[in-house]
Amino acid sequence: MTSKNTSKSTAENTSEKVAPLLQIVDLHVSVEDKEILKGVNLTINAGEIHAIMGRNGSGKSTLSYALMGHPRYKVTSGKMLYKGQEVGEMSPDQRAKLGMALAFQYPVAIPGVSVSNFLRKTVNAVRGRDIPVKEFRLELKALMAKLGVKDEFLSRYVNDGFSGGEKKRLEILQLSMLKPLLAILDETDSGLDIDALKTVSEGINVMAQADTAVLLITHYQRMLNYVQPQFVHVFQDGKIVASGGKELALELEDRGYEWVTQESVDESASAQAKANSSSAAATPVGAK
Amino acid sequence: MSAELAPALNNGLPENASTSSPKNSGLEGIGNDYKYGFSDKEDYIFKSGRGLTREIVEKISSMKNEPEWMLKFRLRALDIFNKKPMPTWGNCNLLNNIDFENIFYYIKPSEKQETDWDDVPEGIKNTFDRLGIPEAERKFLAGVTAQYESEVVYHSIREDLEKQGVLFLDMDSGLRLHEDIVREHFATVIPTADNKFSALNSAVWSGGSFIWVPPGVRIEIPLQAYFRINAENMGQFERTLIIAEPGSYVHYIEGCTAPTYSSDSLHSAVVELIAKPGAHIRYTTIQNWSKNVYNLVTKRAVAHEDAKVEWVDGNLGSKLTMKYPAIYLVGERAHGEVLSIAFAGEDQHQDAGAKIIHAAPNTTSMIVSKSICKNGGRTSYRGLIKVYPKATGVKSSVKCDALLLDDKSRSDTYPTMEIDEKDVNIEHEATVSKVGEEQLFYLMSRGLNQDEATAMIVNGFFEPFTKELPLEYAVELNRLIQLEMEGSVG
Repeated sequence: MTSKNTSKSTAENTSEKVAPLLQIVDLHVSVEDKEILKGVNLTINAGEIHAIMGRNGSGKSTLSYALMGHPRYKVTSGKMLYKGQEVGEMSPDQRAKLGMALAFQYPVAIPGVSVSNFLRKTVNAVRGRDIPVKEFRLELKALMAKLGVKDEFLSRYVNDGFSGGEKKRLEILQLSMLKPLLAILDETDSGLDIDALKTVSEGINVMAQADTAVLLITHYQRMLNYVQPQFVHVFQDGKIVASGGKELALELEDRGYEWVTQESVDESASAQAKANSSSAAATPVGAK
Repeated sequence: MSAELAPALNNGLPENASTSSPKNSGLEGIGNDYKYGFSDKEDYIFKSGRGLTREIVEKISSMKNEPEWMLKFRLRALDIFNKKPMPTWGNCNLLNNIDFENIFYYIKPSEKQETDWDDVPEGIKNTFDRLGIPEAERKFLAGVTAQYESEVVYHSIREDLEKQGVLFLDMDSGLRLHEDIVREHFATVIPTADNKFSALNSAVWSGGSFIWVPPGVRIEIPLQAYFRINAENMGQFERTLIIAEPGSYVHYIEGCTAPTYSSDSLHSAVVELIAKPGAHIRYTTIQNWSKNVYNLVTKRAVAHEDAKVEWVDGNLGSKLTMKYPAIYLVGERAHGEVLSIAFAGEDQHQDAGAKIIHAAPNTTSMIVSKSICKNGGRTSYRGLIKVYPKATGVKSSVKCDALLLDDKSRSDTYPTMEIDEKDVNIEHEATVSKVGEEQLFYLMSRGLNQDEATAMIVNGFFEPFTKELPLEYAVELNRLIQLEMEGSVG
């Protein structure tokens, strides 16, 4: 692919600077010929925490599926560069092996497959080696204790008959074991009670401290009380319409999404000026 | 470990199957290749001519030195077979392709039955070595019979069982040495005229197992029989009779394979189980015939008061299988279970199911049927639950799940319920699903490639079956599916 060459030369030109962990450039994605993502731009560096907020139906989840390579989500144009490498043509398992991982909004049940068997197979696949059973057990038990996951969990079938909260805990347990460089969390906070939300957030923070970059996709601000993003982006009609620091999330909470829409339209004319200002207001990026 | 199990379980899960399209690549792995399709040179004591005649039936009986009543039984069965029309249900196109005139009905491969593998003729011994039978016997079986063509060529039973009075013999020896027991029970569960193929078996039967477990004796380690067809156009008609006296327990496992030929062979067994009051029989089959074998088998059990019968039935190979293990619950509180899996690949039709007859009060039953088809294969579930009047307090549950691995394959369900009593509790549930895109994506996003992901879904689907197998079999079955799926992407 041509994009591969492009990204290589870019990396060489900026010799000292390593390529960003993830660089999404003008990404357009369609599902069954309907365009959902209409030009997304986003750069995430190693270890950063980004939050994407937006209304239901704004295309947030589409971005997570497209990043992980769901076959029904077709990239029609644009780039998805992971460590400078185009991943758009790769199968999901290839992306996983490079260090990308997605915590699903609606994790799928795999009847007849126990959690322990599943974890071992997937962790071995991603790490590319068979971890000795003892070592695997130790690591797993430590994480389970942290995430408040009981032993009996291991013998149950993956997500089969799990409550919403149990599914989300299993997602975070999996990601903690897989140790990705980029964790994409799709609405991980939905369906969680406050205790579960705290434990799950704690799990995410532990991953982030271990230098996993996190892309947190959420509808509500409440998770951001526990996981503190450095960057907040507002998603609207298939693209990012505003970006800012964590205070942007609070602003959204107070004033609603309407406000951003308004601002981004109003300000698109004087985008450059606003972007340079040091005010806490949103920085529209749609008109870049 | 347990390489010995591969023959019984590996339905030719191939090492490198071709892939027609990337979308289906994960599904190409199973059912295309068959590892046990090799054959030996024929070096036989006796081989009948093709086709079925009265003379052949008489010859079989005289070569076996049978009592007069058995010869009469055979000849009557031959009449019934000749008069009965072919079934008019099931896959008639395939059924009507059977060329009865082209089949060899009796082949005696060696002079006598041996109890030491070293005494078995070398070619035949090598075959069973390749199939891993002697090794399995050493590791985890309490007794073994190995049938090659029409006759059992090797037989052994652990001494301690023999001392407890357990009889485990091939059927011919059973008739010779324990004629009274055989005559009392033979063909009492499956009458000769039950169907065309039970009549055929009754006319030309040879080999199979005879097991008698004395009252109260529990055989904790499985007994196994292994059936091998070698000659082209062979007809194998073994006859098995298991009698569990009150309070006893036995687990019997059978496996089978055959060479791959371009023309068809026929396997038509009759299996009768009798569980007397409080007895428990578990009968496990891993059918793994090559794709040129018609597998038309009649299996039926009678369970008396407080008895329990379980059919654990795995159908992986063959061209057409028609098999509906039945349990007649004739004593109060008897319990019956049929747990089956079927796998159908290209040019295969697995028409399997179960029949449970509740003929006494407070009898209970459970049927779990799981089938997978791919690459144009067909699976059918055909089942019957019958409750007689006055059989009160009956409980029965039927669950059939079919998994389609592609759009070319087909699965049908034909459940029949005949309930003539009000005080019963019957549940029936049937599902047909496809390997979901969402399941595959979920597993692949965790680093499994498409083959590994599909294998995991398939293993999970069969799990209710594999967990009932002895550990060695279960591990091997899972490992094979996993390995072979991995190899199938180019």
